[in-house]
Amino acid sequence: MTRDEIYSKVQEVLIDALGVDDDEVTADARLTKDLGAESIDFLDITFKLEQEFDFKIGQGELFPDNAASNPDFIKDGKLTPEGLTAIKEKLPHVDFSKLESDPQISRIAETFTVDALVSFVERKLQTANA
Amino acid sequence: MRWVWIDRVLELETGRRLVAIKHVSLSEDHIHDHFVAEPERSLRAMPVMPASLIIEGMAQSGGILVGHANQFREKVVLAKVSKVELEREAGPGHTLKYTAEIERMDESGASVNGTVELIDHTAGGKPQRIGRIDLIFSHIDKNMSGMGFPEHNFVFSETFRTLLQTSGIQVDF
Repeated sequence: MTRDEIYSKVQEVLIDALGVDDDEVTADARLTKDLGAESIDFLDITFKLEQEFDFKIGQGELFPDNAASNPDFIKDGKLTPEGLTAIKEKLPHVDFSKLESDPQISRIAETFTVDALVSFVERKLQTANA
Repeated sequence: MRWVWIDRVLELETGRRLVAIKHVSLSEDHIHDHFVAEPERSLRAMPVMPASLIIEGMAQSGGILVGHANQFREKVVLAKVSKVELEREAGPGHTLKYTAEIERMDESGASVNGTVELIDHTAGGKPQRIGRIDLIFSHIDKNMSGMGFPEHNFVFSETFRTLLQTSGIQVDF
């Protein structure tokens, strides 16, 4: 499956899960800030991606689970350098570069873009076919 | 007190499917306000079951199904109404039949697809499909925001226990 085909399917998933229009689902659109996703929508999106692409997504594989509540990784409401390294390793499909200058916990969700979902699916399908 | 919008569970297949019914009655208060007569506009009263309460009935059917799958250890709450389509109103004397099926389930929650049927006892009593309600449930102790909740399971209370017992389903909560 090409990246464009994946993008198109991810777009359908987001239109269905978030009730947004197709022209809103651009590659750099952020799920929370731009598309209005709330925390429960992440579960909905996870389920819908599993169904669409016929794979299983483990907890914390697509979106962070407990990284944001691990006391070793947080100081004063921000991710520590160790925390940032850990979350980058765990979620290689996400571009955390914009978070580096101000790694506030509350900004983590903003790093999830449509592009990150497409990259996740692409990696996942490559691993399945390897 | 908790307002239960199911009269009986008819079928329960663990982790898969639950079928429940609700008899709509003229003795229920809510139906008299929905909709009241408006003589000034020459409108007669039209008592119908509010769609929001049909959604609640499906949410209770789905919630029990999801809770039962984990022996009611999880606190299961309705987190999202993903889709609702209702094509016909239900009035006094009708029976609503809710079929809830688990589509996906994991540690954090479950998605449930629901079918709503209406049984009109004056028209042969054969269930007629009148809509669908798709829902997402969260296991709130495993929610992503990391919030804490009371230890006791406040979701599955005495009223639900009674409903399940009168439906012939053995529960231990």
